[in-house]
Amino acid sequence: MPFYVSPEQLMKDRADFARKGIARGRAVVVLQFDGGIAFVAENPSRALHKISEIYDRIAFAAVGKYPEFENLRVAGVRYADLRGYSYDRSDVTARGLANAYAQTLGTVFTQESKPYEVELVVAEVGASVEHDQIYRLTYDGSVADEQGFVAMGGGAEQIDTGLRAAWRPGMNLAEALVLAVGLLGADPAGGETRTLSPEQLEVAVLDRYRPRRRFRRVSGELLSRLLSSDDPTADVPEGDEGDSLRSATTNPQTQRPEHDGPAE
Amino acid sequence: MTPGAGSGRLPDAFLAPGSSSFAEFLSAQAPSLLPSRRTLPAGTTLEAPHGTTIVTVTFDGGVAMAGDRRATMGNIIANRDMEKVFATDEYSLVGIAGTAGLAIELVRLFQVELEHYEKIEGALMSLEGKANRLASMIRGNLGMAMQGLSVVPVFAGYDLEQSRGRIFSYDVTGGCYEEHDHHSVGSGSLFARGSLKKRFRRGQSLDEAVAIAVEALYDAADDDSATGGPDVGRRIWPTVGVVDVEGTRFVAEDDVAVVVDTLLASRVDDPGGAR
Repeated sequence: MPFYVSPEQLMKDRADFARKGIARGRAVVVLQFDGGIAFVAENPSRALHKISEIYDRIAFAAVGKYPEFENLRVAGVRYADLRGYSYDRSDVTARGLANAYAQTLGTVFTQESKPYEVELVVAEVGASVEHDQIYRLTYDGSVADEQGFVAMGGGAEQIDTGLRAAWRPGMNLAEALVLAVGLLGADPAGGETRTLSPEQLEVAVLDRYRPRRRFRRVSGELLSRLLSSDDPTADVPEGDEGDSLRSATTNPQTQRPEHDGPAE
Repeated sequence: MTPGAGSGRLPDAFLAPGSSSFAEFLSAQAPSLLPSRRTLPAGTTLEAPHGTTIVTVTFDGGVAMAGDRRATMGNIIANRDMEKVFATDEYSLVGIAGTAGLAIELVRLFQVELEHYEKIEGALMSLEGKANRLASMIRGNLGMAMQGLSVVPVFAGYDLEQSRGRIFSYDVTGGCYEEHDHHSVGSGSLFARGSLKKRFRRGQSLDEAVAIAVEALYDAADDDSATGGPDVGRRIWPTVGVVDVEGTRFVAEDDVAVVVDTLLASRVDDPGGAR
């Protein structure tokens, strides 16, 4: 390059570029409820997920460019599975994964020709609300340890304001979902609020009281019931249709529910 | 742990597009962790604990698998309460006979393999796909099998497309064969198979399947010293796993105890052989 660009200007341009890319996409909301952590996204696709399972207690949510965050998601699954396989399942933590993502995003931001246009949340459900961890990662690799809720993507600031006003600890799942879906439907430009139907949503939870693999998707009739105001359903029921009996899977040493890994 | 782990960022291989197989990823990234990546000096044989008898029986709408709890090393009982039947994912079970250490390691890798695929692809692997993955892992162990460290599993699962339980058996070279109705592997399998043949009925219920599987193990233990019978004194019962449309689960110890007690009571004056 024959001309000089100051490092400040270079970084600013990159950040603006990434921010613009991220703001174009639809938002994802991650919020705690009494039984775990809920993930809500507006996503009409059944196959291309914005939210997914990483490991037993860890899930991933992302906004931005699909191929880029999909790439990071796969890397996260590989990281977690390799670590869990070579050490123990309890040695895979959201903190470790968030750090690995942060380093990766940071390196890409400064060294590659184009930064990743993504924003991620890595969340881990703990034995109680105090032990839940939610990490938010931005395109430049900065990490924030969030409490309660996170909104990212298009219109995230407005959703964040809404969450700040209405979210409180100890909400049940139905209340949390209704809040998140209501905020996702709001128009950032101040236009009319849309009512999102269950088919337009991708919803998943990390359920604290589920054995071993705590991630599950919530869709179809169950999601409609949770979002409906005249249905008493307030939480994911035990053993409904589409439910998985995952109690007994994986590590030979810990396959029985009574030795479900070390105490968390 | 992995190349590049020191720098903190995810190694390039993690971000590279690739297959959804964990075993393939592992063989590229950390081959030393593969169960099959070991070499023994030629001509040596190694004495290691062996797991013995596994029986598996289909029933109406699923399949049950039972394993005894004994591991032997020559004439020594190496372990009395070892588990040899494992849940590999939501809809499958694997039972292992042969060298216990290698077999457990193989099962561990197989479990991660299935879960990894499920997470990456967002879909369950087909039952045949799972059976074939296991076959290729056993194939990798042939070198050690030649030196006496063989692993011979039996794989059973619920086929969600065909809505029935299916059984797959293997040989040490990784050959995979579908079995019908019932199967048994391990040192006591000859006796267990005889027992199963007489007691098996098509379309039987889950409870009947569990009862005849436990009985087959009892018959195997009766004639094979390496197979552990029900240990009434220590209250060690066979491991019994079940897969059906509801998924994989284990029969509770108390329920197995009832099955064993009923069996022992029915056999007390009629052991079916010399006293």
